[in-house]
Amino acid sequence: MADQDPALGVVRGGGAAQARTAGAAQVIPLPGRSGRHATPAGDRCDAEVADVVAMPTAAGRAGRSDHVDADEESVPAQLKRALDFVRDRLTGDYDVDEFGFDAQLTEALVLPALRVLYDKWFRVTTSGAENLPATGGALLVFNHSGTLPLDALMAAVAVHDASGRHARHLAADLVFKLPFVGPFARKAGYTLACNPDAERLLSGGELVGVFPEGFKGIGKPFSSRYKLQRFGRGGFVSAALRTRVPIVPCAIVGAEEIYPKIADLKPLARLLGLPYFPITPFFPLFGPLGAIPLPTKWHIEFGEPVRTDRMTEDADDPMAVFTLADQVRETIQQMLYARLAQRKSIFRG
Amino acid sequence: MPSRIVLVTGVGGELGGKLLARLGNNPDFQRVIGVDTVPPAPHVAARMGRAEFVRADIRNPLIAKIIAASEVDTVVHASTTAHPAGPARRTAVKEMNVIGTMRLLAACQRSPLVRKLVVKSTAAVYGTDARSPAVFDEDAPLRPPSAQGFVADAVEVENYVRGLQRRRPDIAVTVVRFTNLIGPQVDTVTTRYFALPVVPTILGYDARIQLLHAADALSVLELAAVEDKPGVFNVGGDGVLTLSQAIRRAGRVELPLPKAMLPSIGRMLRGARLVDFSPDRIQLLQHGLVVDTTKVKREFGFVPRWSTQEAFDDYVQGRGLRPVVDGGAMTESLSRVAFAAARRM
Repeated sequence: MADQDPALGVVRGGGAAQARTAGAAQVIPLPGRSGRHATPAGDRCDAEVADVVAMPTAAGRAGRSDHVDADEESVPAQLKRALDFVRDRLTGDYDVDEFGFDAQLTEALVLPALRVLYDKWFRVTTSGAENLPATGGALLVFNHSGTLPLDALMAAVAVHDASGRHARHLAADLVFKLPFVGPFARKAGYTLACNPDAERLLSGGELVGVFPEGFKGIGKPFSSRYKLQRFGRGGFVSAALRTRVPIVPCAIVGAEEIYPKIADLKPLARLLGLPYFPITPFFPLFGPLGAIPLPTKWHIEFGEPVRTDRMTEDADDPMAVFTLADQVRETIQQMLYARLAQRKSIFRG
Repeated sequence: MPSRIVLVTGVGGELGGKLLARLGNNPDFQRVIGVDTVPPAPHVAARMGRAEFVRADIRNPLIAKIIAASEVDTVVHASTTAHPAGPARRTAVKEMNVIGTMRLLAACQRSPLVRKLVVKSTAAVYGTDARSPAVFDEDAPLRPPSAQGFVADAVEVENYVRGLQRRRPDIAVTVVRFTNLIGPQVDTVTTRYFALPVVPTILGYDARIQLLHAADALSVLELAAVEDKPGVFNVGGDGVLTLSQAIRRAGRVELPLPKAMLPSIGRMLRGARLVDFSPDRIQLLQHGLVVDTTKVKREFGFVPRWSTQEAFDDYVQGRGLRPVVDGGAMTESLSRVAFAAARRM
């Protein structure tokens, strides 16, 4: 019966031939196949013979890999990778870190989807990629703007493209209260903006992105665009001081104009539990079409890192924390003004 | 001073019973006494070694007499638990947990020979919502989600324990906060939840879960009873699973439901009547709770033998849960179709 198996034909053919010549058990070829098996081991490609299809086994993995090996040459590697991905997701066989970060999902689905927006719509360019450390933790401080936190998503793509490392942003609690958005943010690696989580990520050697302007920054009216709002309590600075990681000031230019907020309906915002309810030239007027951001041209610049490991400041000293936070804020403001002076057009850069 | 005479509560349950057996076979102890309203399971009773069983209810003042008369110097309180009880038996669970603990602690306070107390608590005491950090360590404040649920009871128990520490500073108190226990022989709300063929979850949310294998929990309690390790410790397996991931690993079907509908629809599903959907559990299903376990690793020298993923797989295999939906087989068929199509092109 083994001779009937063409996929193993090469090995078995040789064995059967040896058996015949050695005068061992007589091989009786079954009708219809005798011609083929007269020849000893050769690399006959039985193209007419049906391919062996592996039986689905309980340990699906073993069965699948045997099956794929038989067809590796003719199937694009991409298909194999896609099927590996589907199998891992369907059987729950992937790793999630303690914050809920799903690296496999982020790299396979989230980043490619965001990259479309990154390359085609906002045409983001970056500079200062050498300021991102290759290993170890760092605190990336960004300005925040644009009514919806698209700048955070684009910054994550920029950091990944510039350094190959994932940016772990710190987001407001509103993000984690919302259904769908909250778990998505966790799977993409983002967590709550609080000191314990920030310090845990930084000590773990991650790149942590913070947006200290917070709701004041992202909800600022169009008339105050590119004027950095106050940085709150400066908790991000004390986290960096405690963990002795460098602080990298970063500036995002182009995000202010995607949803130009010209008014704010405070009572409606309070009713819905939102920090603001924006009125843009398009939003409530054109309904859902107003949710499409304007295709401004963005530039993300990573500035010179501020080393904290040589500082003697105490992380619990408010004066030291405020001084360092103000210094970082000034640096980002200067970076913004310098880039704006060079910018010739909002939509073309 | 090493422990000589140990009293273990909750020996009718799985964890307490096995602990009684372990300590009973430990030659360092002079006497090991197990207390509960039901005797230990037969397979535990057969291997109890020199341990004794006393049928007593810790809510009864009799427990003080037992502790004094037997000259107990170490008490391990392992009977606090959230049984898979529906709302009708809720008061019974509260009675057992809170009032039973009060009596036991009063007995410990009154007996001058007691010098060590180990209390089993739950990591759910931290409470979790949108404003909580992702990972809790032992300094995090305790925020029970509601005033009535099992979490509020656990916080109350810990408060009484702290009160005892103030009144009797000579007693070395160890409080262990366990994450969800799981294992082939464990029967709790969590394990019944994952055994359902259709698992209701909250629409729009995917919580992280951290599991602790029952054998690891047993080792921690045994270490705490044998050695002197005062303090509060988080205990959980390494690594995290998301709820949807765990459901898929067990081969179950996930049914996302709006949060408000979860208790009523959840109870209508087959077998789910026994699964508890109180506000406390719903909060855990919505936001997830992960604890930092470096303190127990450092001070107990204990590293869990099963990670969260391994503990869950052990439970699925040990219970013989046949997959309702087999992801591996589905991918097999899909890959065969895909390869066949690719070859045609």
